[in-house]
Amino acid sequence: MTAQRFHPANLIRALVRPLDPVLLVIVLTLLAASYLLMMSASPEREQALLVNAAVALAAMWTAARLPPQRLLTLALPLYLLGVLLLIGVAAFGEISKGAQRWLDLGVTRIQPSELMKIAMPLMLAWYFQQREGVANLKTFIVAGVLLAVPVGLIVTQPDLGTSLLVAAAGLYVIYFAGLPWRLIVPAVLAGVLGMGAIVAFGDQLCQPEVDWFGMREYQKQRVCTLLDPTRDPLGKGFHIIQSTIAIGSGGVFGKGWMNGTQTHLAFIPERHTDFIFSVLAEEFGFAGALALLAVYILLLVRGYQIALRAPSLATRLLAGAITTIFFTYAFVNMGMVSGILPVVGVPLPFISYGGTALVTLCLGVGILMSIHRHRVSTAD
Amino acid sequence: MTEFRSPDQEMLRFRRRVGVALVFVLSCFALLAGRFYYLQVERHEYFHTRAEDNRIALLPVVPNRGNIVDRNGKLLARNYAAYTLEINPSQVRRLDETIDALSTIIDIQPRDRARFRKILEESRNFESVPIRTRLTDTEVARFVAERYRFPGVEVQARLFRDYPLGAVASHVIGYIGRINDRDLQRIDERGETANYRGTDHIGKAGLELSYEAELHGITGFEQVEVNAGGRAVRLLHRQPALPGNDLELTLDVELQQVAERAFGARRGALVAIEPDTGGVLALVSMPTFDPNAFVDGISPAEWRALNDSPDLPLLNRAIYSAYPPGSTFKPFMALAGLAAGKRTIEQRVPDPGYFIYGGHRFMDHKARGSVDLHQSIVVSSNTYYYQLANDLGIDAIASFMRQFGFGERTGIDVPGEAEGVLPSPEWKRARFRKPEQQRWYGGETISVGIGQGYNAYTPLQLAHAVATLANGGRVFRPHLVRHVVDARNGTRRAVETEPIRQIKLDPKHLAAVRRAMVDVNKSGTGARAFAGAPYEVGGKTGTAQVFSLRGQRYEEGKVAERLRDHSLFIAFAPAEAPTIALAVLVENGGFGSQSAAPIARQVIDYYLLGRKPDQPAPEDAAGAESQ
Repeated sequence: MTAQRFHPANLIRALVRPLDPVLLVIVLTLLAASYLLMMSASPEREQALLVNAAVALAAMWTAARLPPQRLLTLALPLYLLGVLLLIGVAAFGEISKGAQRWLDLGVTRIQPSELMKIAMPLMLAWYFQQREGVANLKTFIVAGVLLAVPVGLIVTQPDLGTSLLVAAAGLYVIYFAGLPWRLIVPAVLAGVLGMGAIVAFGDQLCQPEVDWFGMREYQKQRVCTLLDPTRDPLGKGFHIIQSTIAIGSGGVFGKGWMNGTQTHLAFIPERHTDFIFSVLAEEFGFAGALALLAVYILLLVRGYQIALRAPSLATRLLAGAITTIFFTYAFVNMGMVSGILPVVGVPLPFISYGGTALVTLCLGVGILMSIHRHRVSTAD
Repeated sequence: MTEFRSPDQEMLRFRRRVGVALVFVLSCFALLAGRFYYLQVERHEYFHTRAEDNRIALLPVVPNRGNIVDRNGKLLARNYAAYTLEINPSQVRRLDETIDALSTIIDIQPRDRARFRKILEESRNFESVPIRTRLTDTEVARFVAERYRFPGVEVQARLFRDYPLGAVASHVIGYIGRINDRDLQRIDERGETANYRGTDHIGKAGLELSYEAELHGITGFEQVEVNAGGRAVRLLHRQPALPGNDLELTLDVELQQVAERAFGARRGALVAIEPDTGGVLALVSMPTFDPNAFVDGISPAEWRALNDSPDLPLLNRAIYSAYPPGSTFKPFMALAGLAAGKRTIEQRVPDPGYFIYGGHRFMDHKARGSVDLHQSIVVSSNTYYYQLANDLGIDAIASFMRQFGFGERTGIDVPGEAEGVLPSPEWKRARFRKPEQQRWYGGETISVGIGQGYNAYTPLQLAHAVATLANGGRVFRPHLVRHVVDARNGTRRAVETEPIRQIKLDPKHLAAVRRAMVDVNKSGTGARAFAGAPYEVGGKTGTAQVFSLRGQRYEEGKVAERLRDHSLFIAFAPAEAPTIALAVLVENGGFGSQSAAPIARQVIDYYLLGRKPDQPAPEDAAGAESQ
């Protein structure tokens, strides 16, 4: 019996056992696509991408091995640590590119808002588990406060993209926990109407003589550029105009791998990071874009399936929220690159270059895998 | 309010919620797919065309850089238009052949080619790169006639930076140069990349560097429709550039010129400040250099000549070099003694010509029996200050002097200021590594008292301290820019004029020290330099010992001169209501009275009387006084 344990096939089986094959294939497919696109867009980063992918897969494997109950016991400590670090950033953070996001620990610099992307849904799922069966207004108010504190801290950094993602992660848990429709519908309506109003009257509001009380000139400029990229065609707006051209010029089947003129002639300034989708759309066309959407839909369907079979309230909420967060990354990024959403720094999941985001996303997949391993039978 | 639900109900609701989420998610993706269809199928033709001739669709319009004028409106830095011959490398197949052909009609030197190669390497995509600047009218005409032979080559009218007064005040104004990788990185960190599209010059030194953000302006753009050949056929939209703001300085360039000429061939620095505002009237560092040489990219030979010169013309001595203040420190020491109650104005102390501390005899050049505060400044008695320093102690000296800004950066608005050294036991501990070097010795306090020892201040700090003494203790941040003139509407934004702090000083003490300083120039060490002056001026001479060659090369014949003491002079005038305070330093100029004071005389004469001397300040025969 002991002799068998040293057989390499057994070792591989032991390594793979915690991993859900469906999710694994999806993630590996996306990582392979990322590598192909990187070879075209920014070959000097290939090596780094492989290292990032290895670290992220290790993180996924680790999370998949942890049983869900163990994960949930980490919820409160991780959350408190995250909030503490965010306060630390506010007090002693290092300022980089005008925003205060990093905490320098001497050995390494960490970005606590990234930790919050995992800690936030974990915390709320744990919290609703504690209050299981009791669905009153007070529960949701407390949940709202738990959500508002870290989001508020991230907004002040200021980091619009990350605060949006952390807020979304928390809101999804609250939504799946059963926040009454009579609260959701008016809030969504008000948001849509407010945004609509800003878009509709943006032209008037952005006139130079209009003074936005409480806001500095450059802040006003930034918001106005979000609304109308042609306002700043050489700066932020430049990216969006050029990436729209890249996508549009791709046509049905694209210009072919390594043949994107837009991206190769350096018109896309951040082609390897948040704008990587424009490389895909230019080189692989409408067909490539749809294929990517299809892979993401597979990921989402599998995620929701896992949520439905999850063993407890907390794991259900967690799986539902994580899955919806994957969607949010993908939708916001592609929406921004194709010019239907304002430009905020959100990566394309599993494809954008960027180690931290990749690790966070793979941790999320790992958590889904762990929940799936401990599923309950739905034969009811 | 509280509801309890059964697990089944709970599960049912969760399924519904997942269902709604899935519908939402899929409809969002459908929206994206629709957008992709619109861009990639419906409008593919349009975007295909846009991508084809994309690169010239948007042209930056570079803003005019702001001018720099002195306090009387005299131009110190301006722009002028000149023709350049430029090559757009993306449109030229065979670069070398094209340049060979061009050189048959336009004079292109090997150094033009070398510079073109260098700029080409550093340039961003699709930028045209100059091969020849400042074409003559004949050259322009010759090229235009044969333009058809050279697609991708164009003559452009571009603005060039020009410093009409050449080397005058070049350390203050600085210069601009071509943007390099380091500049690009800095621009990127400031989030200004878009605003520098099309711009190829940036401030590299002096005010051109420190006020870059004001001077540069905001880049505009032109959206043009282009044909297949790459030529613009129609202007679609034009957003004009916003020119950079002008700088109006506190500097009086005529005064600056008088001061620079007063130095002649000597090395040194002079800083003159308006005591009531902190505005810098003149900031001289000699020798100086011509900033025009840098604008187009300086040639290696010119650079070597400037950089290797033993006279260090690129060094801004006024703000970067720190020297012991010598006896110019004494008026401040006197104030410190009075403020601390260690001396009174009338008190006489014995002066045997030396002071004994710890068995060591600190020498003075003369025994005077006894001296009071007034005399101690007028005749520059060392003995008086040896004793005073000993009575005050190093901590009291350091904390008093710190108020005047000694040993800390003044915060002047040109880059590259040095801190200097205000010695104290803490400073020594931080400065040296070995424990035995870190200890403060009492004897060191004695030499600090006469401005020698570890003391080292920039001429700017010295002038700043004199200005503070002259205005009754109000400390201003010295500044060179008086107004920033808005390019849009001509409004003038004043640079701060409020004092940053007020030193508590007894007016009687101040009056006594100033009276003594006036007598320095009537009957003391400055009397020869200010003989016959129709105004009263307070001053103090000083001499800074040169201890070592400080790593400079040993050259026969030059050594003796380079070992001479530095000559220092501080002054304020007119004595009763000072409008100018200054510090002068002449490297290896001997005694303060010998070369620094005569320079101060010429500068003050011009400032108060408008009298321009026609030759450099003469050197006095070595005065009888040694301090």
